Amino acid sequence: MSTLGTTERVRSPLPRAGRLRVRRPWRLAAEASALLVAVVVAFPLYWMVLSAFKPAGEVQSTDARPWTLSPSLDSFRRVFEQQDFGRYFLNSLLVAGTVVVASALIAFLAATAVTRFRFKFRTTLLIMFLVAQMVPVEALTIPLFFLMRDFGQLNTLGSLILPHLAFSLPFAVWMLRGFVKAVPEALEEAACIDGASRTRFLWQILFPLVFPGLVATSVFSFISTWNDFLFAKTFIISDISQSTLPMALLVFFKPDENDWGGIMAASTVMTLPVLVFFVLVQRRLVSGLGGAVKD
Amino acid sequence: MSSVPLKTRAAPPRAQRPATGRQPARRRGVAPRSRAGWTPWLYLAPALVVLAALLLYPIYQLGLISFLEYTQAQVSGGEPTSFQGLGNYATLFGDPQFWQVLGATVCFAAACVVTTLAVGCALAVLLTRIRALPRLALMMAALGAWATPAITGSTVWVFLFDPDYGPVNRLLGLGDFSWTYGRYSAFALVLLEVVWCSFPFVMVTVYAGIRAIPGEVLEAASLDGASQWRIWRSVMAPMLRPILIVVTIQSIIWDFKVFTQIYVMTGGGGIAGQNLVLNVYAYQQAFASSQYSLGAAIGVVMLLILLAVTLVYLRLMRRQGEEL
Repeated sequence: MSTLGTTERVRSPLPRAGRLRVRRPWRLAAEASALLVAVVVAFPLYWMVLSAFKPAGEVQSTDARPWTLSPSLDSFRRVFEQQDFGRYFLNSLLVAGTVVVASALIAFLAATAVTRFRFKFRTTLLIMFLVAQMVPVEALTIPLFFLMRDFGQLNTLGSLILPHLAFSLPFAVWMLRGFVKAVPEALEEAACIDGASRTRFLWQILFPLVFPGLVATSVFSFISTWNDFLFAKTFIISDISQSTLPMALLVFFKPDENDWGGIMAASTVMTLPVLVFFVLVQRRLVSGLGGAVKD
Repeated sequence: MSSVPLKTRAAPPRAQRPATGRQPARRRGVAPRSRAGWTPWLYLAPALVVLAALLLYPIYQLGLISFLEYTQAQVSGGEPTSFQGLGNYATLFGDPQFWQVLGATVCFAAACVVTTLAVGCALAVLLTRIRALPRLALMMAALGAWATPAITGSTVWVFLFDPDYGPVNRLLGLGDFSWTYGRYSAFALVLLEVVWCSFPFVMVTVYAGIRAIPGEVLEAASLDGASQWRIWRSVMAPMLRPILIVVTIQSIIWDFKVFTQIYVMTGGGGIAGQNLVLNVYAYQQAFASSQYSLGAAIGVVMLLILLAVTLVYLRLMRRQGEEL
């Protein structure tokens, strides 16, 4: 390798980790196909936003064009005015926000317990957290429905918050494990020697260090809660004021003729917060996934 | 260093193991202090309480309901519940529709998993071959698809393939061909949406895994004249094995549980239930037909299937010497 390696290195620097040198025509072809794939993948989102801004006549047109010359806010207006959308939006935000904060805190404590301590049943617990992720949420809708009914939680936001909290916890614990593990033991010993109590170490040293991981983890609980459609449909049966966004979107589906402009505008409003959240944390997300998957 | 190219070619996949650095991780994993006392349980308490109340107890209830007679009459309190033993399961297994739905679920999930993994891995490899700008474009598009809620993704895809107003039929010259009318075209449409929103996870994870492979190893393989396919098969795939197992199992679990897409895109299971999968079937039995015990029995079947998948996963992890 040594002789070959040197001549190679003269011509071109060694490739960075995981990347291969590719000859130019191949690389150009690869880049062209990557851009093509990117366009195809992004197209549904583009079409959604475009259709939301199209005037009514153009959305329901058999001559669909990939642009519009007269953008209008009519569809958005229909969404916000007719359907009490603001209320639904706030409800969704409240549910997702509560689940994100609560599951982050609870999962942080649990992840600390299973990574920083050795105790009986530790492995059993970890396996249970793993198995819990596989439980089909939808199958549990039936018993959860009766549970919520018995505790008078039907038609309340609590009936959405509690199950989502339970379903996002196992994955959050599993993913946070990697982040807590990454904080060196020496730090804990140092804090201990300096006289910091365990609680103090937990909240004033460990918590800030693990915070980026908490953000990455919270993306998943946010998305699964924000996207929820089944619980909102099943548990909020009569009190419309407690509905969340997905229900508001389904209003535009009508048996005779769907209001596609309204559906696309509502979809845009619903997708936007997740998209923003995602773009903000995408770096941490990728490294977090790497940690969760690799360790 | 000079032996690296030879080794990568000649050595079986297992020889790669020490390179992934699992050995030191094993020692680092657990805190040295062993006299933990009650502290870990104190930290675990909130999580355990929530999980016991809202996960374990409902699972127990699900099993219980599947052994009872539980229809509208029992729910409203008009009639007492009665123990049915395995009666509900007998009804279920005697129903040809159940087997048809089970078959459809398995085939549909398998098709989704295979397509998602193929697309995700291919694009992950593609990402390593291109410069920063096109890579960013593809990453951003994929993140957008990833972030899209299942329900809005479903509505948008239905609209894209709408026989009257959708651009896809126009582009392909399909006229007013209705994708949701036929059984297989409806499943194909849902499959496209599922792949669209789940390949980014595979792509990003596998890409991160490939980036972690030392460049010298790949360089050496290509200097030895290995083809691209050979490099993927004999060098990258073995080194990525742990990551590939994770994404495969995750995909199986996700795709087996697809609910929103089927429900929204095919209008609750398609014409005459032709597009039902187990999840939607259970929901329809319980909440549309008020056959709560039958729905619960279907739920138990699903739970058992997914449990089996999980056990396979745990075995694979353990065989790799993974430390929990």
